[in-house]
Formats: sequence, structure tokens, C-alpha cells
Amino acid sequence: MSFTRRILNAFRFTCRSFPTNCRRFCTSQSVMASRHTHAKRIEGLDKNVWVAFTSVAADPSIVNLGQGFPDIPPPSYVKDALAKAASVDRMNQYTRGFGHPSLVKALSQVYGKVYSRQVDPLKEILVTVGGYGSLFSIMQGLVDEGDEVIIVEPFFDCYVPMVRMAGAKPVLIPLRPKSGKKAVSSADWYLDPDELSAKFSSKTKAIIINTPNNPIGKVFTRGELQVIADLCIKHDTLCFSDEVYEWLVYKGHQHVKIATLPGMWDRTITIGSAGKTFSVTGWKLGWSIGPEHLIKHLQTVMQNTLYTCPTPLQEAVAQGLLLNYKLMGQPDCYFSSLAEELEGKRDRLAAILQEAGMSPVIPEGGYFMLVDVTPLNQDLSHMGDDEAYDYKFVKWMIKEKKLAAIPVTAFVGEESKEQFEKYIRLCFIKVDCKMSMGQNVPPFISFWFATMETSLITF
Amino acid sequence: MPLFQLIMARRLYANRTIGVDKNVWVEFTQLAADYKAVNLGQGFPDFSPPQFVQDAFCKAVSGGPQMHQYTRAFGHPRLVKSLAKFFSRVVGHEIDPFEDVLVTVGAYQALFCAFQALIDDGDEVIIVEPFFDCYQPMVLMAGGTAVYVPLRPVNGGSTVLSSGDWVLSAEELASKITPRTKAIVINTPNNPLGKVYKVEELQMIADLCIKHDLLCFSDEVYEWLTYDGAKHVKIASLPGMWERTITVGSAGKTFSATGWKVGWAISSGKLIKHMKIIHQNSVYHCATAAQEAVSHGFDREYELFGTPESYFQQLPATLHRKRQKLASCLRSVGLQPVMPEGGYFMITDISSVNVDLNDESTKNESYDFRFVKWLIKEKGLATIPVSAFFSPEHSKEFDKYIRFCFVKEKQKQWKKAKVIKQLEKQKRQEAAERAEQEESQSNKGNSCHLLIVSYYRPR
Repeated sequence: MSFTRRILNAFRFTCRSFPTNCRRFCTSQSVMASRHTHAKRIEGLDKNVWVAFTSVAADPSIVNLGQGFPDIPPPSYVKDALAKAASVDRMNQYTRGFGHPSLVKALSQVYGKVYSRQVDPLKEILVTVGGYGSLFSIMQGLVDEGDEVIIVEPFFDCYVPMVRMAGAKPVLIPLRPKSGKKAVSSADWYLDPDELSAKFSSKTKAIIINTPNNPIGKVFTRGELQVIADLCIKHDTLCFSDEVYEWLVYKGHQHVKIATLPGMWDRTITIGSAGKTFSVTGWKLGWSIGPEHLIKHLQTVMQNTLYTCPTPLQEAVAQGLLLNYKLMGQPDCYFSSLAEELEGKRDRLAAILQEAGMSPVIPEGGYFMLVDVTPLNQDLSHMGDDEAYDYKFVKWMIKEKKLAAIPVTAFVGEESKEQFEKYIRLCFIKVDCKMSMGQNVPPFISFWFATMETSLITF
Repeated sequence: MPLFQLIMARRLYANRTIGVDKNVWVEFTQLAADYKAVNLGQGFPDFSPPQFVQDAFCKAVSGGPQMHQYTRAFGHPRLVKSLAKFFSRVVGHEIDPFEDVLVTVGAYQALFCAFQALIDDGDEVIIVEPFFDCYQPMVLMAGGTAVYVPLRPVNGGSTVLSSGDWVLSAEELASKITPRTKAIVINTPNNPLGKVYKVEELQMIADLCIKHDLLCFSDEVYEWLTYDGAKHVKIASLPGMWERTITVGSAGKTFSATGWKVGWAISSGKLIKHMKIIHQNSVYHCATAAQEAVSHGFDREYELFGTPESYFQQLPATLHRKRQKLASCLRSVGLQPVMPEGGYFMITDISSVNVDLNDESTKNESYDFRFVKWLIKEKGLATIPVSAFFSPEHSKEFDKYIRFCFVKEKQKQWKKAKVIKQLEKQKRQEAAERAEQEESQSNKGNSCHLLIVSYYRPR
């Protein structure tokens, strides 16, 4: 008998002399100590930046430009498609595990056009619970104990815990601002090719890239992707390309799919998201596209984790995709009209932030903007020194300025914290009145000035 | 050499996907589709969810923009409050909506979170057979070892008429417990057998869990579907069990909306918190609108609980009749159905049927697999072979049963009955022919047309 068990048995024996409720108390206490230990795979994965900041969203007096979801409505035809799908009996029951047939066919059409290649709907596509679910299926299906996975900082925060949960080691490399230049655009941030090359080792299983990037908004150029592709091929690694913001690219920039570069289709999985494509993050549908010999392992994970995604939602997304497939290249295609709408919001927010004395980094894509708060020279020493500056700044800003953002060091590793701790992230896929003056919602900018203490602001 | 073979000189896929890639449903659904068979195998209703829950879904879809964006990751607030309120009354224990409840993508994902959060390398998990097939690969993927204990029909099966006659031997169960045993998985009402565990049977299991300090994963997705006065008992409600039991439930089965993929785990916060970590690193959120609709469903049922208007009364009453009809059909052709006390399914003993299974391609498979395939190919009927729900070590003992689903509309039942009557007629004709001739081995008329599972996920 194990030592622990002997102790427990002795404990229970003692308790037998006492009334029943004490026995229950004793049993439950002893139970906590021994058997209810969690599996090792979740060690150290409990922290989460959103847990710290999402409660903020519940307070209506605070303008929340932090969390990344739209408060503009989705296109009406996708909502209509959902209502219609739910009225069909069959659509309320299980569908094909790896993706609802009409959805995978629609994805195959849209992406067949985008990739200029045939994409097999049954073998080269997996529908998942959001882009998030795709990332998870990829890590669980292809990343093993002892593997290394290169992650570009700043990164969407789930990459690191997912890599660790798969038993692998995250190897981080930061985007850096071009030297001698103040970073005013996301294009001013780049990956140093030599630094990147040095991160590859015999253990490297994959590199994760995110373009357009969250939070910076960088859209990797073809040349930059070629450098990454060359390294993947040289070192025989995989590439996981998170392209959930693929349609949100602003004038003068082009989204390039690394999977279309020579030699890359067979080693790349590309992630997409209905939530980001159609402004329906609450539908939690996404997809992975790649070659059969990779997708099949993701399918194995899918069939052993949640098996299938909701049917009516998939049907509605299929309808939305088919509609826009016909409009691709035209101005009223949602894939391009949303980008146009957001470009206006981006520019308006940037102007407002400049007016408030901050330095925005204009994103080439996505719906986030980094803001350098250094010019404000806000003294936060009274808030202690156990947190990075940006965490303290955001907490101060929520309290004093009634404006919520996300601290950017949440998206980087320990070593890069200093490089990024003067930046906060704002989301601009929000109704204009939140971002400007004279509307019902207290406009943050006027409140900002009203509560400003001029002695603290330097221009 | 195909290009993809140049990828990854070392193994591509993760270790955890080894041995969990095969899936029996994929094989049968393909066969069913190929032979265009009628389906009494697939485990979901072919009728719609009740009107009140469909209305709630439509209302959510046309609700404000927040219905289409992310909600609280661990469960939409309205839903967790409804679930906590509803089940507190059922379990007799105050359930905290934010600590003791986790909403998941179907009960399937709740099971996944439980195994991943609490089962580690080297842990043993006792699975009671016959079992819903996903338990075994989930244990394997978590690095655990599955240990099987079968339910056995009393008296060697000769007078078995009800699922209640299939029992667990306390001695056999106790003998399987070792110092490495971490948890036991039970499913009540059981799929495929339909057994509804009595309170004494659960107490026996509970006593062992407490004595050996085990966790209990209790899959109760069919909790409202009990017949002939059988009472569903929650093992978590027994003394000493709340802290060590994870109870899994399903909106899909509760409200006949399997395609919504909304499920939950309810347990002590100390266990749920570990599952939350898996959830936040795998899917993070579940779809919002469906959760909103399910919460309205539970609120309605809370008010109507125990009254004739309650869906939880009406659905089992409807299915009770369908169950009787199917059983009479099967008996009329000489088969011996095992009357389920609960759930969606009925198993039937086919050992009295004498057919010539001379299909070379299935030569090495178990009898019930061969029989089901023969029925698909020769009779255009599909079911599920019950040995698929048993471990390799016990499947030979249970290879003379096939599983039907009776959660089907009248027309299909009638059609099935008609087909069975045709077989009866055919049987009589063949018997007459045989009386004249010498010998025909095939007793095709004795068979019942069984319907193939399509490529949807049966439970």
C-alpha cells in the first residue's frame, strides 16, 4: 500500500469515531491532498491576460478598446442565413466531423481561387472551433515532446501555452523596429534574417507566423516570407501560418500566403477564421487548410477532442462565403468592403491618439493598433514595480481615463518585455462614437483632456 | 518520390495521435453511403428540437450584436446561471455558476477536458463496458491506460430481457483497482445498452471511489431519457461524491439539438478549475447564440419541472412508444431485443439468426461486424455492431449483438416495420422452399433490416 494511502486510511479511521459530517469534512480534505492533482501538462498554463482584463468589459462607463471583437454588426445576410439554417430540421443535428459538406465545399472554392490551386474539400480542409481550435489541433497533431517551435514576438498570446501543453519548447524571436527610425508604421518592424536563422536547430519542428500580425498589424511582404520559407525548407520544418485577418489589409499592402511560395504548400498549414472574416467572433468557427498528409493528423485530433462543430453556424458561413465568392474582386465584396470601412476607423483613431499626445503605430493590416505611450511620460512609480509598465499604464488608464486597452507585454516573452513595455494595444473595429467626440457614449478623448493634468503631459 | 516524403526526415505527427486515428464510424458511414441504406444506426433524432428552444435560438440570432461576438470563455453568464440554478435543485447541492460549471463544445469536449486536465502518464482509468467509444482514445491521448470492466447479463444471457439485467460485479470491479487507478468512467443511462444504474449500484461504485480515493467521470447525457419508471440517479449526489465527480451533460441530447454542440461539466470548483485551463488553451470560447438559447430552454424547464408540459416528461414519453414499436418489430422476426431502461438505443441479440456470411473481405472480423456489413450490402440496412463498444479483450464475448437507434420519426419506423414484414413473408416462402429442396444455409428471412449509420456521429 502506498505511503499516501496509509496516511489517508489512518486519518479516516480516526474520523470514524466522529459524527458523519466530520467524516465528510475529513474525507473531502484528505481527498484534496492526494488524488485530485492535475495532470502535468497544465502546469503553469493557468495565467491569462484576458482573465485580468475582461471583467472591465462589464463596466458600461468604461470605453473598451481592449478586447479584439467588433461591436459593429455583422452583415445581415449571415445572420439571416443562420436563422434560415436553424429552421431546417436536419441542420440542428450532427454533421460531418471534419467539416459540414457545404462549408468545406465553399471554402474549397474561395481558397481554390485565392491559392490558384485545387483544394480538396474533404482531405485538405478541417473546420475547427475558431482559429483558436485550429491552432490547438495543429499543436496536438504535429508538435511533440522535445520539439522546438519558433514564435515571432509579439505573438497572439495562446501560441506559447499551446506549444508548452504539447510538451514542446517555444523559441522566441522579436520583431524589431528598424534602427535609426521611429516606428510610425507596422512596416517599420522587421525580422532580422540572421537572428532568425540562428533560432533554427535540429529540434525545430515548426515556425508560427501571424500575418497580418496581432497586435502590431504588420503584413509580411513576399520578400520577408521568402526568407522564412527558405529557412523552413533548409531545415525541413513546418510552418503554421495564422492568417485570420487575411482580408483586413489596407491600401498599399497585399496579403501574401506563405503556402503559395515554392516548396511551401506541403509543409504549411494556414489558419482562417469565420469570426474575423464576417465579424462574428461569437460563432467560433475557423479552418485549417493544408496538404492531406498534415491535415489528416489534425483530423485525428478533432475526432478525439470534440468531433464536430455546430451545424447551423457552419451552414450560415457557407452561405456567406458563396455569396462573397461571386463578388470577389468587386467593391461590395465583404472581404474588401470591411477593410475599407476599417481603414477609415484606423485613421480616425490614429488622429485622436496623436491629439492626446500618444504615438500610434499605424497598422498595415488587422484591427489592432499599437500605441507608444512614452510621450505622455506618465509617472506610475506609485503602483509598485512588480509589473511591466504597460500593465500598470493600462490599469491607470482604466481607472483615471475610463479607457481600456491591452498591455503589449502580454504578447511577448520575458526577455522582450523591456522592448515593448511602453506600448498598449487598441482595437478599432468599434463604432465610431466610441472613438470620437460628441456622441452618447462618453467620448474618451474629451474625457481624457478633462482629466488631464497638464504638468504630467509633455509634448 | 512524392514531394511530401521529402518533408520531415523524422516523424511528422505527434506521439499522442498514435493508436487513436482509427474510427469505426468512418468505415460504417462510408459503407452506408455506398449502399444507400436506411438508417436506424445513427444516434441523433430525425425530428426537430422543441419549438420553444428553436424560438429562443432565433431570438438570440436576431438579438443585439453581442449575440454574435465572444462571450465569457468558461460559459455564457446567462447559461451557467441557468444550469447552476436548475441542477442545484436536482443534485441537492448549491452549485456556483462561475466556479462549478464549465460550458463546452458538446459533452464530447467536456470529457476531453476532464481527461486532459486530470489524467497523466501512467494513470489507470477504469472504463465500464460497453462504453461510448471515445473514452478509450481520450484516455490514451492523455497518456493513461484503460482498464475495462464489463457489464454482464445475469444467468448467462438466456433470460435477458432488459438492460437492467446487465450488472457490474463488485468483486470484479474491485479487483481492477490498483494504486495507479486515477478514475472510473461511467455512463448512465448507458450507450449502447440503455442501462440506468440503480442507486445501490452507484453506491457500490461510490464506496470504491471513496475507499480508493478515485475520481469519477459520470457521462449523463441521456439523463432525461428513462422509461418504465426507471429513475436517473446522479452519483455526484451521493455522500462524499460531489468533490470527486465530474458530471457531463449535453444540450444536444437534452433538447434534441445535437448539431448545436453545447455541453457542460459540473463539479467541485477544485476540479473544474483544472478543466478550465484545458478549455482556455484549446477552444477558449463556445458559440454565444446557442448558449443563450439553451439557457432559455433550461429556465422554461425549471418552471415546468415535473409537470406534463415539461419537455423532460414529453420526450421520454414519445420515445417510450418508439422503443416499444421497435422491440415488437424485432421480436416478430425472431430477434431478441434487450429493452433499454433509458437512452436512445436498443441492442438485439442476433445469435439465433443463421446466415451465411461468406464475404471474403470481412473474413477476419468479429461476427457482429460481419453481420452488420452483410446486412448493409445484402439488405440495405445498417446498424452498429456492439463489439465496437467493448475492449479488445472482451469483444469476443459480446459479438452477437447489434445496436439500433429508435429516436426516429413515425414514417421511418413504419417503413422499417414494412420492410421487416416483407422479410417475414420472405422467411415463410423460403422455409417452404427449403421443405421441398434439400438444404439452403441462408436464413435470410430471419434477419431484420438494420439501418446504417450515415456519416454523422452516432452516440
